[in-house]
Amino acid sequence: MPDATEQLQPLGESFSDRAHQDLTGHLGMWAWLASEVMLFGGLFLGYAIARVTYPEGFAEGSRELDVFLGGLNTYVLLGSSLAMALAEHAAKAGRRRPLLINLGAVLLLGGLFLAIKFYEYYDKALKGHVPGADFEFSGEHPQAVELFLFLYFTMTGLHALHMLGGLSVIGGTFLRTAVTGRMPGPLFVTATALYWHFVDIVWVFLFPCLYLVR
Amino acid sequence: MNKQTEKSARGLWLVFGGLCLLLTAALFVTQLPAGPWRPAAAMGIAGAKALVIALGFMHLSRSGPVVILYATAGVFWLGILFLLTFADYLTRT
Repeated sequence: MPDATEQLQPLGESFSDRAHQDLTGHLGMWAWLASEVMLFGGLFLGYAIARVTYPEGFAEGSRELDVFLGGLNTYVLLGSSLAMALAEHAAKAGRRRPLLINLGAVLLLGGLFLAIKFYEYYDKALKGHVPGADFEFSGEHPQAVELFLFLYFTMTGLHALHMLGGLSVIGGTFLRTAVTGRMPGPLFVTATALYWHFVDIVWVFLFPCLYLVR
Repeated sequence: MNKQTEKSARGLWLVFGGLCLLLTAALFVTQLPAGPWRPAAAMGIAGAKALVIALGFMHLSRSGPVVILYATAGVFWLGILFLLTFADYLTRT
């Protein structure tokens, strides 16, 4: 849709043509996502070492998590990724109404994901399963389970922070488009979508590591 | 909506359908009797899901070589991190 793109995304002074501008934007976003891979990668490595060292304790810890809620949240996040991809599709076509509907769907599904996650945290807090001085666990491997839950809270907490950041940007874009009626630039929506799909991929690996190693 | 736009939107729904099928397969695998292959199968399915998201939603299937190089760089270095760390941990006596 060159006409819509031309109208919505002015060519920057530093770029020779639109392809140059788009490629630069995509590469910048992918370079940042590569740094995010290393951030989460360090946590996954720590998890993998602890999992190999305490396989039985980690299986016991995993059984404390609710597979139904974890699985439901994975469907919800995959749905939000679809909505984000459809929003990007609408932005490239310069179509405001489907863009707003799909961004709204991302906000709703992302909010639902966080609500389910915080319910899980609340449930763990009620059972005394939050690592620290007041940690309570009556199973066979309390220390390994505490380590597992420490990693659970750290990894899902960092993921939830990334989701909050993404939802803030998507919420701002939604409001600006709805209030002013001006469409966001397609390159901006593509960069936001790349980030959101990356956050989805992180959860795709967190889910089996934490919920399915029982 | 022109036919080309409609077709690519349908492609996104197909990607989502494939992801839901893979997730359902992962949930099914956890219901089978325990064994060392079970976590490996769950992680293998997660890898397949990540690949489908990267190719279908993040457009890597129609990106140029420079974008693919940037996209795989992080995974490449992560692979080295895991390889060297476990070369140590798994060979300790």
